[in-house]
Amino acid sequence: MAKAKLHFSSGVSSFLIANTGTLLILLIWWVVTALQLINPVLLPSPVATFVALWEGMAGGGLLLDFWLTLYRSLYAFVIAAVLGIQIGILLGANENLYRSFEFLIDFFRSTPATAMFPLFLVVFGIGDFSKVAVAAFAGGLVIFFNVAYGVMNTRKTRIMAARIMGTPRWRVFFDVIFFETLPQTFIGLRTAISLTLVVIIVAEMFIGSTNGMGQRIIDAQQVFDMPDMYASIIATGIMGYGLNQLFLLTENKFIHWKGR
Amino acid sequence: MKVNYLEHQTKVNPHQTGLDISVSGLTKYLDGKPLYEDFDLHISSQKITCIFGPNGCGKSTLLNMISGLVPIDSGQLSFGGKPRSEVSLGYVFQNYRDALFPWLRAIQNIEYPLLSAGFSRLKRRARVEELIHQFNVGFDLSRYPYELSGGQQQLVSIMRALATRPHVLFLDEPFSALDYEATLAIRDKLQDVFVETGVTIVMISHDLEEAVYLADHILLLTKRPTRIAERVVFNASRPRTLETLSDPEFVRIKAHSLEVFRREAS
Repeated sequence: MAKAKLHFSSGVSSFLIANTGTLLILLIWWVVTALQLINPVLLPSPVATFVALWEGMAGGGLLLDFWLTLYRSLYAFVIAAVLGIQIGILLGANENLYRSFEFLIDFFRSTPATAMFPLFLVVFGIGDFSKVAVAAFAGGLVIFFNVAYGVMNTRKTRIMAARIMGTPRWRVFFDVIFFETLPQTFIGLRTAISLTLVVIIVAEMFIGSTNGMGQRIIDAQQVFDMPDMYASIIATGIMGYGLNQLFLLTENKFIHWKGR
Repeated sequence: MKVNYLEHQTKVNPHQTGLDISVSGLTKYLDGKPLYEDFDLHISSQKITCIFGPNGCGKSTLLNMISGLVPIDSGQLSFGGKPRSEVSLGYVFQNYRDALFPWLRAIQNIEYPLLSAGFSRLKRRARVEELIHQFNVGFDLSRYPYELSGGQQQLVSIMRALATRPHVLFLDEPFSALDYEATLAIRDKLQDVFVETGVTIVMISHDLEEAVYLADHILLLTKRPTRIAERVVFNASRPRTLETLSDPEFVRIKAHSLEVFRREAS
């Protein structure tokens, strides 16, 4: 009995520890709006915001925009992963080839992908695909250089161990180098999924879009529908957080040896 | 000695043995300086040879050159007349953490060389069972390497190296990252396996006592450019035990080796 009680209270306290910051911010937000310290047109109450979020998700347009943005981000991410991993392995395995491309790689890594919007518009037109393409480009670069570095920095001992057993080279690649690279590859994938979402949102805001979360946020701001704007921002945040958590979970499950 | 040799052969001897390793005229430059110059070496099959020498004299490089991991500048390597490609080698690295595959369970690590050599599932299992019995393994091999102690991991490394019944087993300072207790346990298991199978063993050691304790032949190397200072023979019968360590012959050989080492390393 006493033990159960202890268990309960420790459960509550661990919940409090993990969420105190969140609850505090919500409380401050609520107090500020209740006392009308900020113009209510600019900052709606948390209740109004979450009502807007609920209504948008339950039947309003928010849900559709949410899915469209998620779809575009994942589309871009898949292209980025397929190309990034393959090119990363190719260049990582040929260090001289990598060196000859190093300047270009570093240059495009340092160039904000959003600066390339006009270029992608010229190449791919004003359709949906130019948004996906620019996001895929940004994410692909991140995946590519993480994979390449992972391949280049594989521990030589394991490759030597496999080679001495008489394992053929192509097999060493799949059995050893691939697994050696996985932790670094996952870092690239996780960074890339966040990045593709960022680029997709920005693209939806500014490249003649009629839907998607980016467009929705901008539209709400234009007509001063603040509860919907905040609700849309929170929904986008939930999407980003959810994707990141999904990748972390997968990573911890499949790359169980990471850091050991 | 000849008698011992034959005894090993008539005993259970599944390892493909009888390949002496000979190195002649080996030359290797490192960073423009000679590491080995016109170096000759003979390693007898079905013996334990321990290599002992000063830091930086290229002990690991020597094993790596013989095993084909590091190219040589010039010279000949031969395994009882066969080229390297026809000889199977087992190799145990100093750093078991970097040598085992952490994405595979311990038992899958041991099976890996068999898998890569194309053995059927049944044959792999049978061979692993045999090894487990031979090494008298008392821990759970279905765990991942990082869940095992250092000694257990190095034991898994040795089992993996022996899985395909190689002609020769190379060990590069296999005990230097282990605590004393694990070292004692594993080196005795290694000796038991040697007595049982007669596999040729070549081991680099950083501990003279351990080298003499295990070896039939102790190769004492000089500083760079590296030569063989002396090839010391220690004939004590096996299995050697803790009593061997106080045996007058053991003490004499060890003292002599130390003297040679001091002279050549300074």
